[in-house]
Amino acid sequence: MSFRYTSRRLRIQKLLGPQSCLNGVRRTANAPLWQRCRGVASTANAEKVLFPGALNSEFTDKLEFMQPSQQNAIATFRVMNQFGEIIDKEIGVETEDEEALQIYKNMVKLSIMDLLMFEAQRQGRLSFYMVSAGEEGISIGSASALHPSDVAFCQYREAGVYLQRGFKLSDFMNQLFANAKDNGLGRNMPVHYGSKELNIHTISSTLATQIPHAAGAAYALKMQNSQNPDQQPRVAVCYFGEGAASEGDFHAALNIAATRQVPCIFICRNNGYAISTPTSDQYRGDGIASRGAGYGIATLRVDGNDIFAVRRATKHARALALTNGGQPVLIEMMAYRVGHHSTSDDSFAYRQRVEVEDWKRRDNPITRLRKWLEGRELWDDAREKELRSTTRKEVLKAFEEAEKEKKPSLRHAFEGVWEELTQEQRDHVKEMRGVIERYPREYDVEGFEGGVGGLDEILGKKEG
Amino acid sequence: MAAKTPTMRALTRYLLRPQVPLHPRCQHRPQIKQYSAAAPGARLNGSVEYDTVPILNHTSKSALSNPELPAEIRNGQTKRINLYTAVNEALRHALQTDERVLVFGEDIQFGGVFRCTMNLAADFGTERVFNTPLCEQGLVGFAVGAAAEGMRPVAEVQFADYVFPAFDQIHNEVAKYRYRSGSTGVNCGGLVIRMPAGSVGHGALYHTQSPEALFTHTPGLRVVIPRSPIQAKGLLLSAIRCNDPVIFMEPKILYRAAVEQVPVDAYHLPLDKAEVLKPGKDVTIISYGTPLYTCSAAITAAEKDFGCSVELIDLRTIYPWDRETVLNSVKKTGRAIVVHESMMNAGVGAEVAATIQEKAFLRLEAPVKRVAGWATHTGLMYEQFIIPDVTRVYDAIKQTIDY
Repeated sequence: MSFRYTSRRLRIQKLLGPQSCLNGVRRTANAPLWQRCRGVASTANAEKVLFPGALNSEFTDKLEFMQPSQQNAIATFRVMNQFGEIIDKEIGVETEDEEALQIYKNMVKLSIMDLLMFEAQRQGRLSFYMVSAGEEGISIGSASALHPSDVAFCQYREAGVYLQRGFKLSDFMNQLFANAKDNGLGRNMPVHYGSKELNIHTISSTLATQIPHAAGAAYALKMQNSQNPDQQPRVAVCYFGEGAASEGDFHAALNIAATRQVPCIFICRNNGYAISTPTSDQYRGDGIASRGAGYGIATLRVDGNDIFAVRRATKHARALALTNGGQPVLIEMMAYRVGHHSTSDDSFAYRQRVEVEDWKRRDNPITRLRKWLEGRELWDDAREKELRSTTRKEVLKAFEEAEKEKKPSLRHAFEGVWEELTQEQRDHVKEMRGVIERYPREYDVEGFEGGVGGLDEILGKKEG
Repeated sequence: MAAKTPTMRALTRYLLRPQVPLHPRCQHRPQIKQYSAAAPGARLNGSVEYDTVPILNHTSKSALSNPELPAEIRNGQTKRINLYTAVNEALRHALQTDERVLVFGEDIQFGGVFRCTMNLAADFGTERVFNTPLCEQGLVGFAVGAAAEGMRPVAEVQFADYVFPAFDQIHNEVAKYRYRSGSTGVNCGGLVIRMPAGSVGHGALYHTQSPEALFTHTPGLRVVIPRSPIQAKGLLLSAIRCNDPVIFMEPKILYRAAVEQVPVDAYHLPLDKAEVLKPGKDVTIISYGTPLYTCSAAITAAEKDFGCSVELIDLRTIYPWDRETVLNSVKKTGRAIVVHESMMNAGVGAEVAATIQEKAFLRLEAPVKRVAGWATHTGLMYEQFIIPDVTRVYDAIKQTIDY
C-alpha cells in the first residue's frame, strides 16, 4: 500500500516549509493555533512539552494520577430556588411576564396531554406513548430560548420542543394515531414526531444516532451562515438522555463537532434513569458534563427544574455557539424521570414508589414556575382550574378527531424509500395487489384512504 | 545510532518501497506480487493484461463511441488516466460546480491514502475538503446531518472493511431518512459514501472485503461499483447528483492498474443500467468490479478452447439492479454464471440467480452457476485460492456449457 510512502513524502514537504505543503497556503491563512503548531520539532532543553498531541502540557517530576474522585463535582446552575424565589435579584430572570405565562401554559398543556395519552394507551386506543413528566422544563424552556429557525434534533422525550415551536395538538394526535393526516404518513411509532416548518427533524428510535447528525447539520448551517451573511445565523441543537450518551455516537459527535468547530448545542437530559438502569450503572464520572472538557467543548450543568436557568443557559449557549465562526456547547440539564420510561414499562419494578412520589412533591418544573408566578400575582387557583379544564377539553377534542380519521393510503407503504419507485418495488406492488384481490377477506383495506386503490395510484402515476 | 550499513539501508528501502508505483509515469511497470500470486507457468491464472484487456478503452475513439455519453462529450477530448485520477476528477468537478458539495473522511486532506483527493483541499479550501476524526460512525452520521440540511457530502470510509462501525448509521439512518420523514420531505439523498473495496493481493482479513451484499439488503440505498476510470468518473458524478444516498465502492486494485482514455469534460452515466460489455450466444456471465477482468481473461481462453460464445454483463449498479438487461441476455443464451469476490452465501449472486430462475425458468438449459468467494475469511496466504480467479471462471464456463 502506498500509505507509508505518502506519509514519508508529506514529512519532507513539511520540512521544506509551509508553501510547499499540499494545502499550505490556505491552511496557514485560516487554521487556528493548534493546527499551525502541529509538527514543531522539540528542542533538547525545552521546558514545555512539545509533543504534537498535547502542546500546552508542562513537564512534572511528581508522579500523580489525576483522580476524578478528588475533583469537585461540576456545580449546577440555577436562577430560582425550589420555592420559586429568584436567587440573584440583580440579574433577575430575563423573562417577560407574558412569556413566563405562555411557557407555564405550554408546560401544563404538555403534562395534561401526557396524562390523557398515557391513559388512552392503557385503554388500548394508542399502541404506544412516552410522557415527559418532570422534564417539561428542559424541552419547553430551551426551545423558548432558541430562534425558530434553529434546527433541532430530538431523542423522543422532547415533545415540549415541538409544542413550544408551534406543533398543534392536532399534529400530535395525527402522528399518535398514524392516520391519513400524519405528516409521517403512518410510518413511525407514536411520539416519533417531525416537522419541516418548525425545523425539527423526524425522531428515530435508534438512540444517539441524531447526535452526529446535529453536528453535521450544524456544519451545514455554518457554511450557509458564511455564504449568506444577511440571514439570521442559525445553530443546531440536539437533545439526548444520559443513557444515550453512553453510545459511541455521542463520542463520535462531540469529537467531530469540536474538531470542525460547529455551532451546535448538545443538551443532555440527565433524568437519573435509562429505562431501569440507574446512572450508577451508566457511568462513573461526574455525569455527562464532565466529559465536555475532554473534547474541548464549553460545558455547563443546569437545574432542569428551573425554567429560568434553562432559558438563560440556552440563550447564552446559543450566543457562544455562534462566536468565532462557530463552536459546540454542551449543557447537562438535571431532572428526574417522574413517569415510567414508556407505556411498555412499569418503573416500580426497579425503583421505589416513594422515591417517585417524593420527587413529584418536592420539586418539579411546573410547580416551581407556578410558585414564581403566584409570587408575582400573575397566577391563582381559579386560573389554574380554568386552564386545566380548557386544555383537557382541547386535547380530548383533537384526540377524538384524530381517532376518527382514516388510515393513510397504502401507497405510502412503498413510496419514499427512494426518490422514485424502483422497478422492483413496482413488481412488488403488483404482487401485493394480486394477493389482496385473491384473498379479500384476509385484509382490511377499507380503513385505508382510497382502499386497495391506493396501490393503483402509484402504479398509474408512473405508467400514465 | 551508527551510520546504517549498506544492507540495512537496502532493507529499509525494500520495506518502504510502495507495493505499486506511485508516479503515474511508472504505472506500466509490471507489478511484483509479494503474497498471493499465480503459480509459475500457469496458463489461465495471472493472465489479466490491463494494457490490452478489451473492457478498457485503450483508444480515444473507442472511449468516445460509448452511446451512453452525450453528443458534446463524444465530440470532445479524452486523456489517459487511471481510476484514482478519474475519481479525483469527478470530485473536482462536483466541488467546482456545486458549492453544496463537501468532501471529507479520514486522511483525505493531504490527498487520501489512495490519492483520490489529491490537491482538492488546496484548491477548494479545508472548509469543504477536510479530515475527520478517526471514527466511521461519526463521519457518516455527520454526513447524514449535513445532507439533511441541504449539503451534498461525499464521505470517504478508508476501506470498505471499516464501514461496519457506521453500519447503524447507514442502515437505520441513511436508508430510512426519507421514508420516515414522510410528507415533510426531509431526506439525506445528497449523500455519497465512497469506500475502496475488494481484494488487492495481500490485504488479508481487513483490506480485502467486498461488503456490497450487506447494503443490497437495505431498501433506500443505491450501491454502485465501477469497473474502470470512465465508469468511476461518470458514475461518481451521477451518484453525487442523485437524490438517493449512494454507497460507492471503488475496487482498490484497479486504482492504478486500470488505465484508459477518459473524456476530459464531465459526464454522467445512468445509475440503473447494466452494460453488455461483450455480446455472445451460449452463456451469460454477470459480474461487476474487479472480477470483470478475470472474466474477460477466462472468456478469451474459453472461447478459444471450446469454440463457445460468451456474453459479459457489468451490473455497475448492484442495487437497485437492472433485471431487464440480465434477463434479456439469459433468455437469449439459456445459461448464466454470476461472478463476484464476496462470499457466495446470500451474496449478490444469490439474488441474481434466484431472479433468473424465477423469470427465465423455461429458457434455462443449465443451472445458474455462482463463482464467488468461498465460505471463509481471506487469510493472507490463501487469497489466490479464495477470490475467484481466471481458472475458476474458465471451469464454470466449461461446466455450464457441458451440462
